Amino acid sequence: MSLAAPVASRVERAWAVLAEVLDPEVPALSVCDLGIVRDVVEHGDGLEVVLTPTYSGCPATEVIERSVLDAIDAAGLGPARARLQRAPAWTSDWISEAGRRKLREYGIAPPSGDAPHAPAQGVPMRFVRRGPPAAVACPRCGSAHTERLSAFGSTACKSLHRCLDCREPFEHFKPI
Amino acid sequence: MTASIAIDRTPRQQYLLRLSDTCLILGQRLGEWCGHAPILEEDIALANMALDLIGQARALLTHAGAEQGLDEDQLAFLRDERDYLNPTIVELPRGDFAFTVLRNAMVSTWLRLVWERLRESSDAELAAIAGKAVKEARYHQQHAADWAVRLGDGTDESRRRCEAALETLWRYTPELFDDDAVDAHAASTGLGPAASTLREPWLAEMAEILGEATLATPADSAFRSTGKRGLHTEHMGHLLSEMQSLQRAFPGGAW
Repeated sequence: MSLAAPVASRVERAWAVLAEVLDPEVPALSVCDLGIVRDVVEHGDGLEVVLTPTYSGCPATEVIERSVLDAIDAAGLGPARARLQRAPAWTSDWISEAGRRKLREYGIAPPSGDAPHAPAQGVPMRFVRRGPPAAVACPRCGSAHTERLSAFGSTACKSLHRCLDCREPFEHFKPI
Repeated sequence: MTASIAIDRTPRQQYLLRLSDTCLILGQRLGEWCGHAPILEEDIALANMALDLIGQARALLTHAGAEQGLDEDQLAFLRDERDYLNPTIVELPRGDFAFTVLRNAMVSTWLRLVWERLRESSDAELAAIAGKAVKEARYHQQHAADWAVRLGDGTDESRRRCEAALETLWRYTPELFDDDAVDAHAASTGLGPAASTLREPWLAEMAEILGEATLATPADSAFRSTGKRGLHTEHMGHLLSEMQSLQRAFPGGAW
């Protein structure tokens, strides 16, 4: 007699668990949607989860590490350890398509998918007669008639905007 | 009270500490604006930048400390004043908003240039830290430059304050570009750029910012500040007493 379906490997099951672990500051997204889980590796003494922080000073980094390990333990897949990997540096381009959709539904305008060419990241820098930043579409009414209030928002990864049509303020996940 | 730690003064350690302490001390100064900035958006922006800078300092101090058997908190909070190697410009009191904006323009332009070069460091961990930090520094530079233009080319009062800030700050900038044995070591081992090599690109970008802000670039002076050699102004001790008080009173304290 054979099993009906192949049993998922420990690593595959770990990925499925991680897809449900939410980012503490943007709880609309899982750590996988955000693109910060770079790898899950099985070693003789347990699983290793490779994480790349979004910002150098992101205060959520330690919380994320803890919740990732707790979730793997709770699913009976432990022991596990986390390893912080800085290079290559995280970019908002790693946010998944599903993640971008969830951000929009949550009321945060998703980043452009082309961070290296975003106005703030373009090289060389231009201060002189730099054009207005590309309009960010309002996540509520979809209007592109919006303005930026500040490049820095409630967390390091977001900027503040206002829709000039529906008049709602909103946040934008910055391209970086 | 916890005793101070001693640091290793090899050229390599000094190079790493000069950079980490620039981020740490400027982060501390920017953090002082939390709850005090002229408008809410700027309060948030300055606190965000402080957070980035302290995050960069943490990574650098962890890296430098690993070679000495010290952790980031010991290096950040338990050194004596002369063992902090930041250039003097970042320890000056935060001043008014114009002073903070112009200092941020000078230091973030410098840091962005440093991080760009450090992406090619022979030290892989330093290169990795730089790869992340350079993206943050671009946002900091753009923020400061935008405000410099807005205030410099603004009202009579904002312009007067910018001119006063520029006059005070400019004489502290040559220190950023003076080479010594630490730079010779960094350049010859591929650890990072010698300070002097960043002078021309920095001057070019500052001229662009100040030009658009309709502010005149001040004349050079013979004055040389000495913070990166551990000789600080009277402001440093006050800054450290506040920054270190918690770790000194509650050793190993965490939350």
